[in-house]
Amino acid sequence: MTDTLERTADSTAPSPNPVDWSKVQKWGSLGGLTMSFIAAIGMVTALDKRLIISPWLSLGFLTLLWVPVAYAYIAATEKGTDGSPPPIKGTRDLVSGLVTGLLSGLFFSFFIVIIDTFDLTDIFRNLGPKLVELLTFGRGVGFAAVVWIVGSGLLGLIGGALKVVPPTVRRVVSSAAMGVFGVALLELIVTDISQGLHIELVTDWLYAINGGLTTISAIVVAILFGLLGLRSDGRTLTQRRLDRMNLAPQVLFRRNAIAAAITIAAVIFLPMILGGLANELLANVGLFILMGLGLNIVVGSAGLLDLGYVAFFAVGAYTTAILTSPLSPYWTPELTLNFLSWEGWLILAIVLIMAAIAGLFIGTPVIKLRGDYLAIVTLGFGEIVRILFLSDWLAPYFGGAQGITNIPSAALGPVEIKGTNSQAMFYLIAAFVAIAIYVSWRLQKSRTGRAWTALREDEDVAEAMGINTTASKLTAFVTGAVFASMAGMLFAAKVGSIFPSSFKLLVSIIILVIVIVGGMGSIPGVIIGAVVLIGILGGPTQPGLLQEFGQFKLLIYGALLVVMMLKRPEGLWPSLRRQRELHHDEMSQDAWLQGTSYQTGGVPEDEQGGTRYTDDTAPITDGDG
Amino acid sequence: MPMLNIQHLTKSFGGVQALNGLDFHIDKGEIVSVIGPNGAGKTSFFNTVTGYFAPDEGQVLFNGINISGHEPHEITELGIARTFQNVRLFPDMTVLENVMVAQHCRTTTGIVGTLLNTRSFRREEAQIEANAKDVLSFFGQRLQGYRWDQPASVLSYANRRRLEIARAMATEPELILLDEPTAGMNPKETAELTDLIRQLRDDKGYTVVLIEHEMRVVRDVSDRVVVLDHGEKIAEGDFETVSHNPDVIEAYLGRPAEHTDE
Repeated sequence: MTDTLERTADSTAPSPNPVDWSKVQKWGSLGGLTMSFIAAIGMVTALDKRLIISPWLSLGFLTLLWVPVAYAYIAATEKGTDGSPPPIKGTRDLVSGLVTGLLSGLFFSFFIVIIDTFDLTDIFRNLGPKLVELLTFGRGVGFAAVVWIVGSGLLGLIGGALKVVPPTVRRVVSSAAMGVFGVALLELIVTDISQGLHIELVTDWLYAINGGLTTISAIVVAILFGLLGLRSDGRTLTQRRLDRMNLAPQVLFRRNAIAAAITIAAVIFLPMILGGLANELLANVGLFILMGLGLNIVVGSAGLLDLGYVAFFAVGAYTTAILTSPLSPYWTPELTLNFLSWEGWLILAIVLIMAAIAGLFIGTPVIKLRGDYLAIVTLGFGEIVRILFLSDWLAPYFGGAQGITNIPSAALGPVEIKGTNSQAMFYLIAAFVAIAIYVSWRLQKSRTGRAWTALREDEDVAEAMGINTTASKLTAFVTGAVFASMAGMLFAAKVGSIFPSSFKLLVSIIILVIVIVGGMGSIPGVIIGAVVLIGILGGPTQPGLLQEFGQFKLLIYGALLVVMMLKRPEGLWPSLRRQRELHHDEMSQDAWLQGTSYQTGGVPEDEQGGTRYTDDTAPITDGDG
Repeated sequence: MPMLNIQHLTKSFGGVQALNGLDFHIDKGEIVSVIGPNGAGKTSFFNTVTGYFAPDEGQVLFNGINISGHEPHEITELGIARTFQNVRLFPDMTVLENVMVAQHCRTTTGIVGTLLNTRSFRREEAQIEANAKDVLSFFGQRLQGYRWDQPASVLSYANRRRLEIARAMATEPELILLDEPTAGMNPKETAELTDLIRQLRDDKGYTVVLIEHEMRVVRDVSDRVVVLDHGEKIAEGDFETVSHNPDVIEAYLGRPAEHTDE
């Protein structure tokens, strides 16, 4: 083993690694294309006013400038094949980076020349004089071309250099860059929090008057975050998770308990110090967590791909509206969504029962279908429900396109929880989310939950194990429906008026994306997914933290989904089971390299006094090659 | 009364006659092997008995109850468990969960009990786990110890087969149908499993029907052998009788050439 390693090292060491020109070419041209694409969809022009570092760096330009750095970094990466020594870093990485950057700049300059020469505004609205003006800095195309080529080249050189420097330096640099970017981008929320804490002085110093960090504050923030980067040990998130799996159950339990305690404390105390904006965001996140958890049972646990999930959200909202709005023919003045009297609970009960009926009604005919067929049919049902609410035929009850307005707010006794009082609203939603989390958590480790998992893994076999698959699937479907209807009820009480257009297919898709990005079948995953997508990017109609990106939201969703599926298919915070499913090979390989057997969540081997395997019983991963 | 009474069982898929008027019975406490060349209808027979296929004609009586046309899960509940020819575990559930899930039809707690964490729910969960561990310990060292909380996918091939049998046992059946339990095992493991099949009957009191290609296993464990070919029963009896039956030899080896060169 050592002998072969040394030999290969000897044979490659003297000859410097040649630059991989085809790769450089590929990423260089891709870089130019990406930059042109970003400019063409209007990001540069739309985000130009939003300053990151006042006055010289705008978010618009930043959407272009990261490209050469990132692509050059990728182009400079040489993947070592298994068993061969790691590639030697040095000039070749710098050269690759530089050339990749230069190529990107060259392509992009070409793009600028084209949009300057031809008027393409008929085809691409954004490719007009305004963009040219921005990209040429008002100094003519020739000057711009030189600047872009040289600039990209330098940025590419930085990308390549990041490859060469020791990992610590790389961590510090990236941490500082992310820190500056994050602090600048989250200006609104940071200001909001500092107002809640009465430390406006800090934000006054931090941010320039016309938005963005000042040059000095940017440097300070960079240094602070750089120091933070110095502290991390450089393990990736996946590595951390995999390491966590090998901890003893008691340690794991203690850690989870601490994390849960911190989360609960944060949920209780954070809204008090946050301003209205942040609470509004959190309330929206809560609504989507509620729906995400419901869909997580249907898709994540039971494996039923339901694309019409929004139907149940709509049922919950419309039921509430019909019962409480004075504009509805079924209005009963006594009934208000007051959770300190029986009326509120009666409404909740009716909402849940309606959702369950809707779940059974939609579920029963489709539940025998599998996989893609189920997805298509539920998609259809979701649209049917929306169109029924929209129809003229049922307009006397549901108000057609006008929807139902004047829905009174929820209340706790005499205290009214107005939709505009986002702090109170947040607490109300958080209470329901807590119930949903409890229900999901209890069901996971129960007879019902096991039956769902079995169903997802192999339906035929589940049936052979005595599981009534039809009943099991319907239970999952109805449980999911009930969660969504609760969200619908809260939504109606929060916004005060509902329209069929609030219940479009897009909502179903976004909830599904939350579940996928967060991690299928994982409760913390759904929460993180909702925070990232709804809180940071924004929901279908709700603005997120990054309001600037509002019009590019769906594009970013899509890009995020693609990147996630390629790089981290198990989601941001996957369930143990999914992680196992998708990282099985890696883990067994690591175990093999370390000379231990691969196990998860068990007691470490040495505590067991060695293995007890005999010939054939050793796990397959323990094989000899 | 025989435990399983198969009466004129017939099933065809398009033009293929998978089962053709199959008639035989299995008594309580027997170990019966069903053998036959590939495509003889052995697995179709299992699938029809366990409710995956509804028979075109005929019926299956289990303890006197007509079970043909019932759903598979109902049949499992009545007391027939099975394993699959190409091992089908729940790969990402743990070893223990695989067995625990099999007790679904023997337990009752629904969502409400689970959410309220009632005393009966907790008792039942504890019982399920205890039963599962009990079943696993039947396999002695082979499925022993801390590997129970590993995903089933890390088990060796032979252990997967064992786990499948454990899972079938956990449904608390009277009759176990094993579909090629020794396929892909080495001789040592095969011998071990042969003993185990006998124990299933002797210690646990199950009636066992197995489909098997390994003739040594068939010879060693079977009280009776049923030979199928083209969906029909061509012979029945103890191993010695059956193995000398000309029809059986023909089904396996083909008809001897009529004009041979002397």
